[in-house]
Amino acid sequence: MSSLTRRTVRDSLSVAITVGTYGVAFGAASVAAGFTVLQSCLFSLLTFTGASQFAAVGVVASGGAAASAVAAAALLGTRNALYGIQMAPLLKVKGVRRLLAAHITIDESTGVALSQAPRGVAAMREGFWITGTGVFIFWNIFTLLGALGAKALGNPASWGLDAAVPAAFLGLLWPRLVTNFLRAVAVASMAFAILITPWLPAGLPIIATTVVAVALGWRAR
Amino acid sequence: MSSMVMWIVLGATCVLCFSLKLLGHLIPEPWLANPRLQRINALIPISLLSALVVAQGVVVKTHVVIDHRLAGLAVALAALFAKAPFPVVVVAAAATSALVYHLH
Repeated sequence: MSSLTRRTVRDSLSVAITVGTYGVAFGAASVAAGFTVLQSCLFSLLTFTGASQFAAVGVVASGGAAASAVAAAALLGTRNALYGIQMAPLLKVKGVRRLLAAHITIDESTGVALSQAPRGVAAMREGFWITGTGVFIFWNIFTLLGALGAKALGNPASWGLDAAVPAAFLGLLWPRLVTNFLRAVAVASMAFAILITPWLPAGLPIIATTVVAVALGWRAR
Repeated sequence: MSSMVMWIVLGATCVLCFSLKLLGHLIPEPWLANPRLQRINALIPISLLSALVVAQGVVVKTHVVIDHRLAGLAVALAALFAKAPFPVVVVAAAATSALVYHLH
């Protein structure tokens, strides 16, 4: 293995393990929301995009309608389509390999692939596949552990699980807030969500808050 | 929510999220090159995650409720400012919230 390849593998695996462990929080949140251990694991195996999974179980936990839960997950999943557009010309795969590539097209695999650009196209591809596969393995193992753990613990509030979920959302949000404008978008969105909460059925304010993104993204800055 | 509806949420979420991933690999790049669409799409995760923090942290059904969860969120925020890793943030929030819950 050349030293360049080794660096790509190291980058990929360190991301895969770190991110994979977040699966504990998802497994726990999913069971606390009322999903079974099996359903929680199926979420991670088949949906495999963390923020969308957290959103779906989060809306269910807050008493929202099924349609709101699915819509929130899908809206968060749209960015994976944009990642696919960037990754497809790089990977150049067809058939089953294309389906596999699509399934592991997430924040982390795309991020590591793009970060390997200075090391060449081969390193970018390697970064994509190793990170995507690695996150998939660890994410699913830790989802199972989190789900089993939450099931054993019982009352979510008694163990602070009901605060772990919003904290997880805050943790997912935090690294995205890299400019003052993006921080302002987050604060405006939170204020808007609080404001409309008493006026809409549970779960709907989450979807409705996307109008803040549309309003603030409409004009170029 | 009935167990049937839970399965529907699971199934629909899986199908839609995978379809979106595959869509990106299938459609030609110029399709989504619209800068306005890209700007809005970049902001949607931020708005949604912010709304989810609110919905999960300070809301019960359709009411804004301040309780033990907010204490957990405050500690999570402090941990994030201190550059703590994700698992530490979540566990610190859970521990704080559980403590406040039992003290009351």
